[in-house]
Amino acid sequence: MAEAPGKRTHWDFNWRSANGFKGGTMAFFLETLLGGLMAGMLYSLVALGFVLIFKASGVFNFAQGAMVLFAALAMARFAEWAPAWFGFESKFLANLIAFALAAALMFVLAWLIERLVLRHLVNQEAATLLMATLGITYFIDGLGQTIFGSDIYRIDVGMPKDPAFVLESVFEGGVLVNLEDVYAACLAALLVALLSLFFQKTVTGRALRAVADDHQAAQSIGIPLNGIWVVVWCVAGIVALVAGIIWGSKLGVQFSLTTVALRALPVIILGGLTSVPGAIIGGLIIGVGEKLSEVYLGPYIGGGIEIWFAYALALVFLLFRPQGLFGEKIIDRV
Amino acid sequence: MKARPLIRSTALVAAMCGMLAAPSAFAQPKEQFFPLLTFRTGPYAPSGTPWANGFVDYFKLVNERGGINGVKILWEECETGYATDRGVECYERLKGKHGGATVFQTMSTGITFALTEKAPQDGIPILTPGYGLSESADGSVFKWSFPIAGTHWASADTQLQYVAGKVGGLDKLKGKKITLLYHDSPYGKEAIPVLTKRAQMHGFELSMIPVPHPGLEQKSAWLRIRQTRPDFVLLWGWGVMNSTAIKEAQATGYPRTKMVGVWPSGSESDVKGIDGAEGYSAVLIQPGPGAKSKIAQEVLRVLHANGKGSGPKEEVGEALYMRGLMNAMFAVEGVRRAQERFGMGKVMTPAQARWGYENLNFDAKKIEAAGLEDVIRPFATSCTDHMGPSWARAYKWDGKEWQLDSDWLKADMSILEPMVKAAASRYAAEKKITARSPQDCES
Repeated sequence: MAEAPGKRTHWDFNWRSANGFKGGTMAFFLETLLGGLMAGMLYSLVALGFVLIFKASGVFNFAQGAMVLFAALAMARFAEWAPAWFGFESKFLANLIAFALAAALMFVLAWLIERLVLRHLVNQEAATLLMATLGITYFIDGLGQTIFGSDIYRIDVGMPKDPAFVLESVFEGGVLVNLEDVYAACLAALLVALLSLFFQKTVTGRALRAVADDHQAAQSIGIPLNGIWVVVWCVAGIVALVAGIIWGSKLGVQFSLTTVALRALPVIILGGLTSVPGAIIGGLIIGVGEKLSEVYLGPYIGGGIEIWFAYALALVFLLFRPQGLFGEKIIDRV
Repeated sequence: MKARPLIRSTALVAAMCGMLAAPSAFAQPKEQFFPLLTFRTGPYAPSGTPWANGFVDYFKLVNERGGINGVKILWEECETGYATDRGVECYERLKGKHGGATVFQTMSTGITFALTEKAPQDGIPILTPGYGLSESADGSVFKWSFPIAGTHWASADTQLQYVAGKVGGLDKLKGKKITLLYHDSPYGKEAIPVLTKRAQMHGFELSMIPVPHPGLEQKSAWLRIRQTRPDFVLLWGWGVMNSTAIKEAQATGYPRTKMVGVWPSGSESDVKGIDGAEGYSAVLIQPGPGAKSKIAQEVLRVLHANGKGSGPKEEVGEALYMRGLMNAMFAVEGVRRAQERFGMGKVMTPAQARWGYENLNFDAKKIEAAGLEDVIRPFATSCTDHMGPSWARAYKWDGKEWQLDSDWLKADMSILEPMVKAAASRYAAEKKITARSPQDCES
């Protein structure tokens, strides 16, 4: 909403703190740090999708970004269409139905990918599977826009849009916290906890890990490879849906959402392709690194550096720990 | 004897070919070909789609009105995805089709940069109303380029005039802090020279923050804005960058009433459905949004009511739709003007059309005849001035629709012209181009 004229806002308070009042510089540093951590959690959400599929199938799924877009488009459009289809006005109900339909659609997509693509590529080279996911990316990108349109669509799941200010007693004007990011980070943390439990404590989770280690060995002990792949792509589809809802609610649902996958690449390089906690820690490091670099280094070297800075950081890590912070060290016996 | 069946069948085939060819040769309608470089897919599709629909609807409308003095318009779209390489590819593919392209409208500053040297070699004019290379307004150097009715420099100038109006005049800008938040692309960078010049003239502090393509990542940019506390943020975004900027402004607590966009940041898709967009304003080089305008009503009546409209009818009159409509109008009016010299009702060559674009004189009478009097102001071009006067108006988003928020603002040519001349001279020296002679102006 537009501000009422003459109303004293946090913006005015922070104006003074930024110009020499107590704690202005520290408060700003904290804001940047917090902003980076929150952004990092969102990157982790997308990185999780990559990690899940790689852990369970050894496939580097380049289509994760396209899946995020597809899921978000489905959610946004179903939420828009559901009231007209079923004749009600409740936004909550519309979102609930849209979530269910979008999840179902992601299951169908997972099943189709397994049936039409992956089933025919069992025991093929990793590069072949990577190329297949590249093809899936372009197909899903086009399919999503053909079915749901290419405009900017909104997802409104009631996330708060206005900022909050904390530590007002310590810093004049307080420290700005983006509430939407906080909610998103909590959701991401919950999802990670659930996924960790799933992988560590369930039979299916252990079967997924066995398949990732060795397709043939897993098959030889009776693990149904095709079924497992459908499961893992379904789980990755749900992760993509949650990521799509959060990113879509923040930025609007539009083709550019596919580019968030590119933001997740340095995260998984840093955290390791096989580690769920690695995706989280990697996301946080990248998030904080790019925000601090943009804010504090950007003005001196022209700005707009955060995207390549994340990759530069990941490259440095690659030099010293090619498997990432938490990735499994692969030792081949000769 | 054996040769007879062969001769007979050859004659039969020849006769059939003749029969097939004959109708197209005799009944060939007179058609003027306008290629369209559009972007209906990709990250900028929300901006490109209404723009393209406006274009196509105007061509359809002209054909419904009987064409350009009887010459029907033929058009073909080529999808660029707003990518420069694909734009150049589209140009190469379409330039020779259907008897040759009349004119190209690149719909992208990046593609314009790539074609500015190429098109003159092919003898095809390039129209960039409201965008493109700002110094191409100097027709004595850029013979084939036409940024009719405005350039990005003109946009930046009118945008700053509007901001000055908010604080009580240009002289009141002294000591103010203004931040330019721009798309890190040739388009976004076009704002810099004019704003830098104005900052020197009026004593305001200008800071510039680039946002990398496609514009989703703005958190750091808004943290920097929060750090520097500008009095105004000038938004030079495109596509999804605009709505993201407005959302980030809300998330940072920056007042939207202090955010002023330029025309590519002033479409309905940038603000619709965003609660925090209320109070945001944008300065739009003519035309602005015009759902109630005569031309929009005619499109609805003649095209949409008969199932011939290009997009959803709710889109008719939106800011980018109107821009497409007017850009198509510029393309058509150049040909109409050329016909006045080279023959009414004839198909114009690109060179003849170029003369038309260079000698436009769209006065109040012609504007009224075209049904555009509530949309644009009179304009004229000349051999040396390929832009003509540049007018803009500011609109403020009230949460539901754009509301007019200023009188007409005219780009100050006393500031822009020396800049255009200097940049054009540099370009001419670099490319070894000789300024056009008075005789050449008559060609």
